[in-house]
Amino acid sequence: MLPELSTTVCFILSGVLFTIGAVGAILRRNVIVVFMCIELMLNAVNLVFIAAANTLASMDGSVFVFFIMTVAAVEAAVGLAIFVMVFRQRNTIDPYEIDLLKG
Amino acid sequence: MLVKIPELAFGPILPELIITVSAMTALLLGAFGRRAIVGTIAGAVALVGSGLALLFTLSLWNAGAAVYNGLYTIDTFGTFFKALALIVAILVTLLSLRYVEREDIVKGEYYALTLFGVLGMMIMVSSTHFVTIFIGLEVMSIAIYVLCGMLSGNPRSAEASLKYFLLGAFATAFLLYGIALVYAATGLLDIREIADYIVSGRFQLTPLFMIGIAMLVVGFGFKTAAVPFHMWTPDVYEGAPTSITAFMATGIKAAAFGAFLRVFYTAFLPLLGAWSGMLWLIAVATMTIGNITALVQDDVKRMLAYSSIAHAGYILIAFVVGDLFSSVGILFYILVYTFMNIGAFTVVIILGQKGRQRTGIEHYAGLAGRHPLIAIAMTVFLLSLAGMPPLAGFMGKFYVLSAAIKAKYYWLAVIGVLNSVVAAYYYLRVVMYMYFREAAADAEPAGRPDFSPAYGVVIAVSVWALFHMGIFPRGFLLIAQRSVEIFM
Repeated sequence: MLPELSTTVCFILSGVLFTIGAVGAILRRNVIVVFMCIELMLNAVNLVFIAAANTLASMDGSVFVFFIMTVAAVEAAVGLAIFVMVFRQRNTIDPYEIDLLKG
Repeated sequence: MLVKIPELAFGPILPELIITVSAMTALLLGAFGRRAIVGTIAGAVALVGSGLALLFTLSLWNAGAAVYNGLYTIDTFGTFFKALALIVAILVTLLSLRYVEREDIVKGEYYALTLFGVLGMMIMVSSTHFVTIFIGLEVMSIAIYVLCGMLSGNPRSAEASLKYFLLGAFATAFLLYGIALVYAATGLLDIREIADYIVSGRFQLTPLFMIGIAMLVVGFGFKTAAVPFHMWTPDVYEGAPTSITAFMATGIKAAAFGAFLRVFYTAFLPLLGAWSGMLWLIAVATMTIGNITALVQDDVKRMLAYSSIAHAGYILIAFVVGDLFSSVGILFYILVYTFMNIGAFTVVIILGQKGRQRTGIEHYAGLAGRHPLIAIAMTVFLLSLAGMPPLAGFMGKFYVLSAAIKAKYYWLAVIGVLNSVVAAYYYLRVVMYMYFREAAADAEPAGRPDFSPAYGVVIAVSVWALFHMGIFPRGFLLIAQRSVEIFM
């Protein structure tokens, strides 16, 4: 059996993942990679929920994870459709080149 | 573990059910026919559905109940915001009837998504459970991401959709992280239980919990367009179809503030001292940056976007205070703000043409000579936004600022007043263009404004509401007071 990780380790790991995701979402130059970074942030959230639910012996956190995964799937479906729409019109999905709206 | 199956009670969620059924009907109509008549029927379905839902919502005004194992709550606060969301839905549908025709927007999907957006707003304001609040927020946001890109073949609209999607999903992650950290610190997801836990004595204020609150502020700050989380607002408001801009500026902002208020005033009010400083800074930054950036805008739609940021700042003034009187002020302000903005955006729609929004301020020059009635209506909306008595915008600012003074937040009130002085400049600049500036000689001919009786109804209702709430605010204040009683 694997040794059990302490909750603190899980929280620190999730904090690191969330930070990597947030920094990546701001800095990366490809919309798909930006979206992947956002998914990473959501998974960091899931990790907190699972770790906390395990420590507190409460079901609520584990159930919440299912809701987050469902919504992440919906966001992926809508988001990729939007990327395709933009790509067809502009032939690029670099967020720095998509800059018609400014002021 | 024994799981209690909740009793099936559809009565309390009848308005939500009506909206869902109307949305699906509109969607099916769109799928089965492309002819013009189908679009008109879908619009009628949306209108009738929202109207019916509004009637049933109002009939639930006195019903207080927590249904479905506490996952859903019917109370006066929720009913207030649900009714507001439905009024917004009716007005936006009315002004869309002609607008979608003009811009060739796919109608079935348009009305279906608008209704799903309203459904999300209704869900997120009527729950004390984080799961339901989150689901409501997402139902609303995802519908709006798509609606922003509905102007087919228009790259600006697609870009608005992309930007709103990316930043919205980014903000959702922050909100969720906040919920997760609060859960990790307390083990609870129901905000009433969290409130009980905080006052129970077993609770200690850990860094984990404080980071959670800060993350929640970031998440809600994005949705309410508060500085420094406002970067998306001007771009998205400018690129989206104008009817959807009106919907976002009023409906989303109201619903987001509703959920924000409920979460913070129910769960975290005992810790007011721990987060009011953070919100103080956000309120000041939101007002100041919103107003100062609005000063240099030459595009009316973009100016209104910055003005909506500034108004979020005024609402946050009362939010910082954290008592019953200030929350009455918040609700009243949101109500007033809805009508001012819907009206102003309707005028922007009327002056546009297919494919060309014509929102530059030069297009407003000499409007009073060409179309005096439209100019008068726009003047009423702009003066109300500027906070001129006897219009409702003045009363809204009055209650918000007096709440701040009563709670001895003098600096906040002073900054608020100074900001509304600055704001008067850019609102009056448009009025000045309409009345005292001739259209440039080489300007392209303005053409006929795109007028239809439905726009007239929306404008008349908004003007009437602004005068009524400005001169006789008492009735509306009593309603707001009933709504916030749940916090005490």
